Amino acid sequence: MNPRLLPYLLILPVTLFLGVFFIYPFVLVSQQAFSTGGGFTLDNFRDVVSYWKFPISFKNTMLLAAIVVPLQLVLSLLMATMVSKMEKGRDLVLYVWTIPLGISDLAAGIIWLAIFEQSGFLNSMMSGLGLIDQPVNFLSYQNPLIIFVAIALAEIWRATAIMLVILVAGIGLIPKEYYEAAEVFGASPWKRFTKITLPMLRPSLQTALVLRVVLAFEVFAVVAALGGTLFPVLMGEIYSYQFDLMNNNAAAALALIVLAISIFFTLIILRVLRVPKGATI
Amino acid sequence: MNDVAAAPEPVRSTRKTGRFVYIASVGLLCAWVLVPLYFLLINTLSSPETVNSFPKPFIPEFDMGSMSFFAGYGGMLSALKNSIVVAVMTMILSISIGAPAGYALSRFDFRGKELFRMLILLTRAFPLPLLALPLAVLFIRTGLDDTAFGLALVHTTLAIPFAVLITFSLFSGIPIELEEAAWTLGCTRLTAFTKVVLPLILPGITASAIFAFVISWNEVFAAAVLTIENRTLTAFLLVKLSEAPLHLKFAGGFILVVPALVFIFAVRKYLFAMWGIANR
Amino acid sequence: MNLQSNLVGAVAGVVVLCSAAAAQADVMFWSTQARPIEEAQAMRDTVLSGYEGTVDYQPNEDGPWLTRLQAELQAESGSIGVLGALHGNFSAMSADDLVSLDDLGVSAASDTFNELARLGTDKLLYVPWMQASYIMAANKKALEFLPEGADIDALSYDQLIAWAANVHEATGSPKFGFPAGPKGLKHRFFQGYLYPSYTNGVVRTFASDEAVTAWEKFAELWEHTNPASTNFSFLQEQLLSGDAWIVFDHTSRLAQAFNERPDDFVAFPAPAGPTGRGFMPVLAGVAIPKTAPDMEESKALIQYLLKPETQLETLRATSFFPVVEVELPDDLPPAVTAAGDAVAKMSASADANPGLLPAGLGDKGGDFNRVFVDTFERIILARQDIRQVLDDQKGRLAAIMEETGAPCWAPDAPSEGACPVE
Repeated sequence: MNPRLLPYLLILPVTLFLGVFFIYPFVLVSQQAFSTGGGFTLDNFRDVVSYWKFPISFKNTMLLAAIVVPLQLVLSLLMATMVSKMEKGRDLVLYVWTIPLGISDLAAGIIWLAIFEQSGFLNSMMSGLGLIDQPVNFLSYQNPLIIFVAIALAEIWRATAIMLVILVAGIGLIPKEYYEAAEVFGASPWKRFTKITLPMLRPSLQTALVLRVVLAFEVFAVVAALGGTLFPVLMGEIYSYQFDLMNNNAAAALALIVLAISIFFTLIILRVLRVPKGATI
Repeated sequence: MNDVAAAPEPVRSTRKTGRFVYIASVGLLCAWVLVPLYFLLINTLSSPETVNSFPKPFIPEFDMGSMSFFAGYGGMLSALKNSIVVAVMTMILSISIGAPAGYALSRFDFRGKELFRMLILLTRAFPLPLLALPLAVLFIRTGLDDTAFGLALVHTTLAIPFAVLITFSLFSGIPIELEEAAWTLGCTRLTAFTKVVLPLILPGITASAIFAFVISWNEVFAAAVLTIENRTLTAFLLVKLSEAPLHLKFAGGFILVVPALVFIFAVRKYLFAMWGIANR
Repeated sequence: MNLQSNLVGAVAGVVVLCSAAAAQADVMFWSTQARPIEEAQAMRDTVLSGYEGTVDYQPNEDGPWLTRLQAELQAESGSIGVLGALHGNFSAMSADDLVSLDDLGVSAASDTFNELARLGTDKLLYVPWMQASYIMAANKKALEFLPEGADIDALSYDQLIAWAANVHEATGSPKFGFPAGPKGLKHRFFQGYLYPSYTNGVVRTFASDEAVTAWEKFAELWEHTNPASTNFSFLQEQLLSGDAWIVFDHTSRLAQAFNERPDDFVAFPAPAGPTGRGFMPVLAGVAIPKTAPDMEESKALIQYLLKPETQLETLRATSFFPVVEVELPDDLPPAVTAAGDAVAKMSASADANPGLLPAGLGDKGGDFNRVFVDTFERIILARQDIRQVLDDQKGRLAAIMEETGAPCWAPDAPSEGACPVE
């Protein structure tokens, strides 16, 4: 077979599939963003951006991603290296750590609301320990910081496993000989981590980060459960345009803005963590 | 940790504390995952009065009221069946379509590679509820509407980025020299792939299969729009859960979580078997 | 390989199951109402089981509901037989997409409702199906803190504020509960309760001096409102948990509290302001989309739903009241009795100032609500200057009214053409 054609043959199924089930509807929806019933216009973008909640929800979405994603990266790297050293019970520990994978964001919202609400588990615990006389209102508009922390915790709990699984799979593929060689030369564990694990893990790191960042901009259900109306995020605004205001044009315009943000950050990550063809050191 | 025995005395005591810190943090991280789930379990197994009470108990009282409501709730079983059908189809579709592309991305430089990668990512960067309308029109016109297969197609669209990118990163982790060595030993590209690469990668493929399953399992919006008679469990329960009384909310959430846990548990050995292979 | 063969086996088995469970043709009832899981179950088990044909009752959130409906209309082929939704959902639809129901011979007892159901055309486009309202409810523990001389069935806003303040002081935490959560119906409080009670209008008086007073009063009440209210959408939950003692909400969103612990709570009318006791109905209707697969079957189902017996069963199942003349029996669930009494007292009160649902706004209904929600968030949560916010939001409101040309509705004085914002 002609080797120049082989890659195209391999990506053909995905391309065809996404062409029908993503590109086609995507083009239809994107067209709406540039029209208001008449011809081409940028009015929808102007409307969406000038709405007073846009800067707030933009800031919230960015801030949440900026805090949550790096923490998740560190945490999942830590967990992945811990697992790799483990001799006994590795299966079980990994299983436990990947459990949140199976939990939808709506269910995660329900769980964390049960913890943080006024008569929830956190308050019960604190009053059980005698720390407080009566339940504290964590999720009130007077404590935006606590709301933010609650949302961030719930997001970290829910979505770290995605990165963990990818990183664990990646670490598993690093040949053990490299580590053995490093030990012969007396490299410290930290040196081994920074000189072998991190560089070798680059393809997995890149994948994990890109996926996680893109998903972070889509965050909605957990935020709505814990932050109520106090923590507007971009995705919530899109839904509100689409279903409350029935303004499909504005919803499409805002979705395209979010898409542009995602592309921007994806490109940065891809550039920073460039992966050479076939992994060699 | 095969060098512990060889370490001199003072190093050994720091190793000991290190070991303790290590075990403690593993335990802590397990608790971090499990405790919120335990709270869900408590609320699921509590009577409505307890769910609304303060302070909350920390030991479940094993009141099966909420659970038995769902046991008697019509259509649960067939919805569960639909969920599994759709999720399994999604798994197979996304791997069989996605893995070749992941291999192509890791092994070849071809024109349009970057564009192709962006296309893959974009599918996750645009909200599905907006795409659902044109898709539903398409499905109704072609008769795919209200079939498990039709919904699986949409869920596959969601799962493909995971399938492609995870397999891509796994293939990239396998030195190309390994394949080249196989070629020199008389393997064709195909046999080198099936005999050398595939065994290494199989557990990783299982990982992306799990992703596909879980993505399909948890997806609500498309499921609610595109299935009518053949509702999936998530669409069946979750759409209504958000407005259910608290105790049913928790019980419903619990019911949705359990099958996903069982599934991950069942395939965990495939997921983590890669250790045995990679550590040669 | 083992995994693969397992998977193949699973798929094969699953495909067999699939074909065995082929669905038979039912009337599909696609509804945004009676969504909570227990209500949906009651709709199927008690309300619709009496119908001679089979009905597939499918409640959904507005998002999927609308998306599916739009898809069927665009594809010009559908499986939805009957639509059940609020007046607001229908008024956002194009009149061409709904079948005229004049020849069914069923309608509501109230001519106002029937007029609303024409959606500004000369045809009946949906049939009023059931109604509800918003009321107040309180934990009985709060009753001892009622201010001196206040009658719980004829409260004023000032008394309500004083009461909430007393409870706040006595318990140390603010115990008024307000549905300001993401799914909460807060906008209806402003449109149908606060504004009519203080300004005797909604649109005309949006930015009047009386409106400033109204918002000042609400800000006072907010001082004694549980600050977690921005997470509350169904106040029965907070009544039951004790996080809120005095609450305002939709009757069916309070029902669970009364049904679970009928002796612990009281329901009572909304408070009155300087221009009377404003209140507003909730109206749900049933309609047939033009793509319905079996028109006759759909029409028969609507006729069945409007029968007095069915309406009573619906009341039991959903806590929504009948729209036709019905003799109410004595054995109704506690929530229905409590809510029914409160609504009756509210409409029979001497200073009653009933408002209508917004009409003629078409698909701008959401934007109209957003004006009020934004005003609330800016004045109460962001603490911006009331006058300034009202003047600012006034422009948006006026634009909506002009664009839709919607005439004024009660309690605003009637208008020639679009309702002006004064």
